Amino acid sequence: MAARNDQPRNDQPRTIFDKLWDDHIVRTDEHGTALLYIDRQLVHEVTSPQAFEGLRLAGRKPRRPEANLAVPDHNVPTSDRHLGIIDPISRLQVETLEANCREFGIQLFAMGDPRQGIVHVIGPEQGFTQPGMMVVCGDSHTSTHGAFGALAFGVGTSEVEHVLATQCLLQRKPKSMLVSVEGALGRGITAKDIVLAIIGEIGTAGGTGHVIEYAGEAISALSMEGRMTVCNMSIEAGARAGLIGIDEKTIDYLRDRPQSPKGEAFEQAATYWRSLNSDAGAEYDRVVRIDAASIRPQVTWGTSPEMVVPVDSEVPDPDAVTDPVKAGSYRHALTYMGLEPLTPIAQIGIDKVFIGSCTNGRIEDLRAAAEVAKGRHLADSVKLAMVVPGSGLVKQQAEAEGLDKIFVDAGFEWRDPGCSMCLAMNADRLEPGERCASTSNRNFEGRQGQGGRTHLVSPAMAAAAAVAGRFVDVREF
Amino acid sequence: MMKAFETFRGVVMPLDRANVDTDAIIPKQFLKSIQRTGFGPNLFDEWRYLDHGEPGQDCSGRPLNPDFVLNDPRYAKAEILLTRHNFGCGSSREHAPWALVDQGFRVLIAPSFADIFRQNSIKNGLLPILLDEKIIDGLFALAGAEVPLEIEVDLEAQRLQPSSGEPIAFAIDAFHRHCLLNGLDDIGLTLEHADEISTYEQRRQQQAPWLFASVASV
Repeated sequence: MAARNDQPRNDQPRTIFDKLWDDHIVRTDEHGTALLYIDRQLVHEVTSPQAFEGLRLAGRKPRRPEANLAVPDHNVPTSDRHLGIIDPISRLQVETLEANCREFGIQLFAMGDPRQGIVHVIGPEQGFTQPGMMVVCGDSHTSTHGAFGALAFGVGTSEVEHVLATQCLLQRKPKSMLVSVEGALGRGITAKDIVLAIIGEIGTAGGTGHVIEYAGEAISALSMEGRMTVCNMSIEAGARAGLIGIDEKTIDYLRDRPQSPKGEAFEQAATYWRSLNSDAGAEYDRVVRIDAASIRPQVTWGTSPEMVVPVDSEVPDPDAVTDPVKAGSYRHALTYMGLEPLTPIAQIGIDKVFIGSCTNGRIEDLRAAAEVAKGRHLADSVKLAMVVPGSGLVKQQAEAEGLDKIFVDAGFEWRDPGCSMCLAMNADRLEPGERCASTSNRNFEGRQGQGGRTHLVSPAMAAAAAVAGRFVDVREF
Repeated sequence: MMKAFETFRGVVMPLDRANVDTDAIIPKQFLKSIQRTGFGPNLFDEWRYLDHGEPGQDCSGRPLNPDFVLNDPRYAKAEILLTRHNFGCGSSREHAPWALVDQGFRVLIAPSFADIFRQNSIKNGLLPILLDEKIIDGLFALAGAEVPLEIEVDLEAQRLQPSSGEPIAFAIDAFHRHCLLNGLDDIGLTLEHADEISTYEQRRQQQAPWLFASVASV
């Protein structure tokens, strides 16, 4: 076979993405499409039933059932779990996942299991996701796992079936993009603000066809939880995946996780993991540099994550936008959101608050929100503020730290783990016209409930909005 | 098994919006289905109907939004969807191409598509065609006319022939073209390389044995 640019090139500096790609090529066909080996697949109830049905119809079996981990998360209730799932259609979907896992021998964390939670929270928490792996899931936020120096991306149901049957996927190599967030963040600025600012800068299609590597001092300074938040929203920047090189924080996080290698195997793995960084002089197809000190707390005002501004600014004016398609989108978004041009963000009042999701449902997120909520109370105008931990283990940890009590004393509801009002497939949703400060990842029309109006913010900003009844600058709160 | 893609001539429906996300294409409540078919009546549900839709409902009596292009009788039999930049962004739900195919669409034309959506479309025999923004502007002007625009789509020749105007060439990945033209089942193709997959696994297991340790023994 002729040498191709997606074959190993050990003689020249490579990015971490190049290294991960090269390490997983099973073969390359005459069209230049690579057959890539997939180390781990996460499975949830919404995008898997048709894949398992496909296997059954073709008389196929999973190639490596033990390389898969399944969990129900999108449809599960976040309150009164003892009653089970009331909606019969949701219940059937969760029961179908359970039956498929039994039939095909796949490990499942069922609804009553304390390890149950959002698929992108439990993968890292269990050590199921590790550096150097190729990880997929039938869910676009699979990019989260890239925080561990893994190449992780979302796939559709046909590809879920393909991975189950073959442990491989056919892929063309995407382009590479370096997003370097340089210098130190200001006080009160979080990983969520970084990634929203990046999306505001490059747009929701800015990363299309690319794998983004995040680097720079501000990224290195983040905890693993913060890095997961950044990688999680790579898909909102349009990227195929987002990832971050390995350092000692990565390795420390993985030590003693239930599914991490143990003893000598861990040290052997760690030696390999430490090689997973971009070489000096490695080239990227595109480089974006962002000054960390310039990032202010971010709030989205529209119906696309790129419609985002700092909290101390105002809603934009479509008349000032020259591109007619973009101006049209802005007008449409303002109508849907019920906002007037040039309204200061700090004058926008809210009805509900959602703290949770695969973006911001981890322990550090709950700590940040609790720190703001501590000793304060929801504004009278706020009808509901929900805190939904990302997993049962996050919930246990938060309770051990007394965070649940802080939230309940402040008037928040303390719920059970799941995707919840990020996409409102269960009973948690906005009513038409309701406005929500949400720590989730998408402000699309109808995402949190038909007619619902979503503003994406960090956990601390969401908690502050709950207390004030409107958006406030958490740095001055 | 996917149907082979054959040359056809179809009506073009113009959807003049950028960043149409998969939540808009098929809202979340319809994702509770465990089937691959039946999503057509709920395609663009929140734009298409004036009421709130739920799964399992008969859509024939629901109030239609007269301002939504899909409800315009000119486009009732449209098989080609013309739209703007970043179509299919957001969630990876394959229910989006399933709904488009179920409604009768066979080709999508836009200046750009979201990556996962584009991949999912090809897996379902739905051809995404990328064209330059200027050409798209021209097609929008034609598609809004009283007599709707028709286009003949020839994948073999990678050419579009609009009912008025010059032919338009388009590019497509050679492997995707091959699969679409032949209606190939990817899994079957990959399984032909089972020996190479085993060889890879043996080599990788020697380099990185922890990747193959039993993870289920916890």
